[in-house]
Amino acid sequence: MKAKNKNQHQGQEILEGSRAIALTVNNIGPEVVSAYPITPQTHIVEDLAKFKANGQANFEYVRAESEFAAASIVLGASAAGARVYSATSSQGLLLMAEVLYNISGMRLPIVMTCANRAISSPINIWNDHSDAMAVAGSGWLQFFAENHQEAVYQHLLAYKVAEKMNLPALVNVDGFILTHSYEPVAIPNKSLIKKYLPARKLEAGTFLDTNNPVTMGGFFSPNDYLDTRKDICQDFDTSLAIIKKEYLNLKKIFKFKNNGNGLVEYSGAKKPKIILICMGSLAGTIKETLKKYADVGLLKITTFRPFPAEEIKKAIDHCVNIAVIEKAINPGSGGPLYLETKAAIFGHEKINIQNYIAGLGGHDISEKMIAKIIKEMRGRTTNKIKFVN
Amino acid sequence: MEQIRIHGRGGQGVVTAAELIAIAAFKSGKYAQAFPNFGVERSGAPIQSYARIADEQIITREQVHNPNILIIQDASLLENSDILKGTDKNTLFIINAPDNYQAPIKLPSKKVFCSPATEIALKIFGKNIVNTVILGSFAKHSGLITLESLKYAVAEKFADKGKTIIKKNIQAIEVAFND
Repeated sequence: MKAKNKNQHQGQEILEGSRAIALTVNNIGPEVVSAYPITPQTHIVEDLAKFKANGQANFEYVRAESEFAAASIVLGASAAGARVYSATSSQGLLLMAEVLYNISGMRLPIVMTCANRAISSPINIWNDHSDAMAVAGSGWLQFFAENHQEAVYQHLLAYKVAEKMNLPALVNVDGFILTHSYEPVAIPNKSLIKKYLPARKLEAGTFLDTNNPVTMGGFFSPNDYLDTRKDICQDFDTSLAIIKKEYLNLKKIFKFKNNGNGLVEYSGAKKPKIILICMGSLAGTIKETLKKYADVGLLKITTFRPFPAEEIKKAIDHCVNIAVIEKAINPGSGGPLYLETKAAIFGHEKINIQNYIAGLGGHDISEKMIAKIIKEMRGRTTNKIKFVN
Repeated sequence: MEQIRIHGRGGQGVVTAAELIAIAAFKSGKYAQAFPNFGVERSGAPIQSYARIADEQIITREQVHNPNILIIQDASLLENSDILKGTDKNTLFIINAPDNYQAPIKLPSKKVFCSPATEIALKIFGKNIVNTVILGSFAKHSGLITLESLKYAVAEKFADKGKTIIKKNIQAIEVAFND
């Protein structure tokens, strides 16, 4: 066997996705970590607990009796000025839902990993995006990672943008597919991370401080409440440009290249007849499939919140055949990514946009399925939601 | 790209075996990927895991449908022909079974190697833990990973388990490799 050593030369190790995330979070240096174990998030928080037990971590690991408690603990710590971290999945994220809205309303820059998993019932521990989509309106930034390396970088980006905008961020990684897989990945070291992400800067009046007392999450009358929502919405709009800028900065400091701008990443044909749109690890399978096609492109959505409508419009350009392939569905409506993409390109009259629901509850999405979708897109499509199995 | 599918039962270390292959291949300078496919999470239930080895970065995430190599940790799984899905005359089979083993169903390929992994495991561990042992046979017959890189992978993966366990696993792998 001919040995090539180029992967080791790039500072890569072969790690489980959960381990890669845990190592990165530890290097980012949160002051408080709290989480409640749930499959498939478990390995991330087990690793963090191990680092703490072995004296390799500086954070306080606060054990919680539920996800609701874990989210509340990091809320309190973040409100007191700490950089914090948590992670969850599926039912755990839903149990946190009430606290998630409190966190964004209090403008706390909490970063959490969601190891994406289907929601009961029926009970299913495997991957889809139902959990993240259920909290899409909770006022959290949302990123979706394709592979271990992107997950690592998105955690850095998430902290950077969260702390700059005083908004919480959810980094989505596909359960099992990314959390339980081994592949080569480079873990950024502490000193380089510090350069990109210095300690959280605390502005007076934004955190609990006995020298400068404030009330957080207090009672707001109808007029004032609407203003807080308007503020959050404006800051989400502003964060589109911030994400792009900070992603560019990330690429410079950590010296990596790709077609992405932090919001979306286009790959494939220069003048595509068909564009497929997806989020997360599915992008890898699609990219592999597209090696055999000269006229098909992939638009990977890396930031779901804020939704990069303008970027999508620009990327789609003159292509009129769009297939949105996604791992979530709103019964009685459609796939959330499809609905938002459709809204983004509203007015583009000739466009034909088709919704494919795939991979629910961990159903394998094969290259053959992608090829079948492309074949279908060449013919007449029905505009009805299609379930792929 | 080489695609490996491992079949075994819950509790037999099926997932760990795929991870060890990936770590060993990476150590040899290759790109590698490993991931599990759990069924129900209970001891004894059939489980699969996958590994891929290539010279270029591996980006696909689909399950391994057409394995070049099929590793069967528990020969009783061959009573159901589903396990052969996607295999053909070129698939390399490595089965935990004695030399004179006759499969209860017809295998599509003549490249079938038996690894007396249970026998070796009982001798060395006193328990029927075959996941590392059978990898000794995998290294020998596939040529995809070296014995050295496999030993490295075991030492790294089992670092938390202590020196004795690492030593015994390496010894078992060597016996299988030299069988």
